[in-house]
Amino acid sequence: MEASFQLALDSAPFLLKGAYYTVILSLGGMFFGLLLGFGLALMRLSRFLPVRGIARIYVSFFRGTPLLVQLFLIYYGLPQVGIELDPIPAALIGFSLNMAAYACEILRAAIGSIERGQWEAAASIGMTRAQTLRRAILPQAMRTALPPLGNSFISLVKDTALAATIQVPELFRQAQLVSARTFEIFTMYLSAALIYWILASILAHFQNRLEDRVNRHDLES
Amino acid sequence: MIVVEKLTKQFNGQVVLAGIDLEVKEGEVIAIIGPSGSGKTTFLRCLNFLETPTSGRIKVGDIEIDGSRPINQQQGLIRRLRQHVGFVFQSFNLFPHRTALENVIEGPTVVKKMPHEAAVALGRKLLARVGLAGKEDAYPRRLSGGQQQRVAIARALAMEPEVILFDEPTSALDPELVGEVLATIRSLAEEKRTMVIVTHEMSFARDVANRVIFFDKGVIVEQGEAKALFANPKEERTRQFLSKFLAH
Repeated sequence: MEASFQLALDSAPFLLKGAYYTVILSLGGMFFGLLLGFGLALMRLSRFLPVRGIARIYVSFFRGTPLLVQLFLIYYGLPQVGIELDPIPAALIGFSLNMAAYACEILRAAIGSIERGQWEAAASIGMTRAQTLRRAILPQAMRTALPPLGNSFISLVKDTALAATIQVPELFRQAQLVSARTFEIFTMYLSAALIYWILASILAHFQNRLEDRVNRHDLES
Repeated sequence: MIVVEKLTKQFNGQVVLAGIDLEVKEGEVIAIIGPSGSGKTTFLRCLNFLETPTSGRIKVGDIEIDGSRPINQQQGLIRRLRQHVGFVFQSFNLFPHRTALENVIEGPTVVKKMPHEAAVALGRKLLARVGLAGKEDAYPRRLSGGQQQRVAIARALAMEPEVILFDEPTSALDPELVGEVLATIRSLAEEKRTMVIVTHEMSFARDVANRVIFFDKGVIVEQGEAKALFANPKEERTRQFLSKFLAH
């Protein structure tokens, strides 16, 4: 037991380096996924059928295929058509594209849940569609969107473990390497699990604080 | 002030408005009455293009919009028109994430780009004007229906519109809250503000409006000076409708 603990401590720098990549991939995937997802959500609200159609097909594909397959397609598949990517950019692109599909659906549903009267009220004082979205609709839609977005983000943190399969030295991959060398399999994977747990908990904490903030007009008089 | 020519509206082939002509003069208060489904609310919503007319022209001041031309090509014009035409909704439609004051100054600051301090001063003045001084920082859900509707009136006033449209402003209110909203609208009438009010409050229409318009089945059946029309309707259909209200 003591030896295991010592090993966990000794391999901590190794695991933390992996955790660093886990965090980078998670934050990057969230950021670019949200950005792209927002664009897709706006496309789905478009007046033009082809624009809506493209967004629909995008979402359908990235939600309808395994993330692991998407990563393989990007990292192992694209070189065959002349696009070679390093593991980390490939993983980042994969996670962002995948997250975007979920973010799009969450944002679209949240925007759709805002009653028509809010659009009309903004229109009646002469606001443009963009002003209406920014000032009236999105602040309200974010309340609805935050819990499912938080869920997706936490899923993403855990899904970054899939990047181990495309050579990214993230947390899970590092734990694999150490356990293969030392045969302390239980200790290493438990350590990795704890680090994932901590990361997810930090994210959940921020999510809760953000939810409190956007809900404040319910609480105050 | 407002000129409406041959306004028509169809929903899926069903005629809702069958060619409405109307002129509203400055300072005039017009009440539109009529049974449910008569097209009166649709007509009002067409006036600021919350509803897209099928054909016809609407002119407010020097802004003229042709309903038979594609509406997408006239969006800029429509937004300009809306800055001159205030709208008060049956269900208030305040922005729930903004305080009373923030609701009122939203139009002036975002649309008119008025400096924040000037807008706040205007907002406070208007909230006081509708009897809500002291409620500046209250969020809508903390206000009664009557208070919310008065904030909504202040929000419309904040754009300094040439005319305000009211769509059944008291229909969503508890009976004991109707009076305060009607009193607010009445005081606006006394300031000679131009207003068009769709309402089921017959005694209010009779007392406050200069002119009453009776809508049925998408057409104007009868219109005239308010007291005269209520006292002595010329059309049988108007008489029928009014008898239901005046019987008790």
